[in-house]
Amino acid sequence: MDVLYFAWVRERIGLPRERIDTDAATVADLVEELRGREDRYAAAFADLSALRVALDQELGDFDAPLAGVREVAFFPPMTGG
Amino acid sequence: MRVAVQPEPFDPGAELTAFSVGLSGMGAVVSFTGVVRDLPGGGLTALEIEHYPGMTERAIADIARQAQERWSLGDVLVIHRHGRLAPGDAIMMVATAAAHRRAAFEAADFLMDYLKSRAPFWKKEITGDGAEWVAARDEDETALTRW
Repeated sequence: MDVLYFAWVRERIGLPRERIDTDAATVADLVEELRGREDRYAAAFADLSALRVALDQELGDFDAPLAGVREVAFFPPMTGG
Repeated sequence: MRVAVQPEPFDPGAELTAFSVGLSGMGAVVSFTGVVRDLPGGGLTALEIEHYPGMTERAIADIARQAQERWSLGDVLVIHRHGRLAPGDAIMMVATAAAHRRAAFEAADFLMDYLKSRAPFWKKEITGDGAEWVAARDEDETALTRW
């Protein structure tokens, strides 16, 4: 699936998007998998309460299942307006 | 309904005039324009707005549809810029038209509250000393409970 990062999450990880082949069942499982990869991921995902997630461009939560999802995005709370 | 997410500047007055044309039966038009504010002590060089192409348009359209379901609106306009902006630039505007003023005011207020916390935009303040992401405020999240 495509995994996208925005704002300081993008800056910490060092790229805006990547393609990830994963068997993770939920968003939280995917986060665990990414955290184990490298320090930059561990830094970006250190505090999940500071993050939001969207699944196929709809806001979701970290317990959400990933079955059938094509695009997951991680970002800090939004500051529009 | 018109939703525009764009890097280009816009003219709030011209947008409001265009929005107001042909709204028969609408007795009230309310508009709000957000302007890039300098820091309290000055020194803001630019504000950079990042967004999530695709999701941004969908999220705003969804918020506007919710407003249309809650209030009887003749029309809704949302414009939001992204990219690099300078202090004093118009960053976004909303406009609502309704038969009566209260619906137009409330719908515009609702749109603003939801755009702040549910539309995927992130602001970064650039100063001579560096750059810093604007943190979301608890009050903005709390504001949603009003609705």
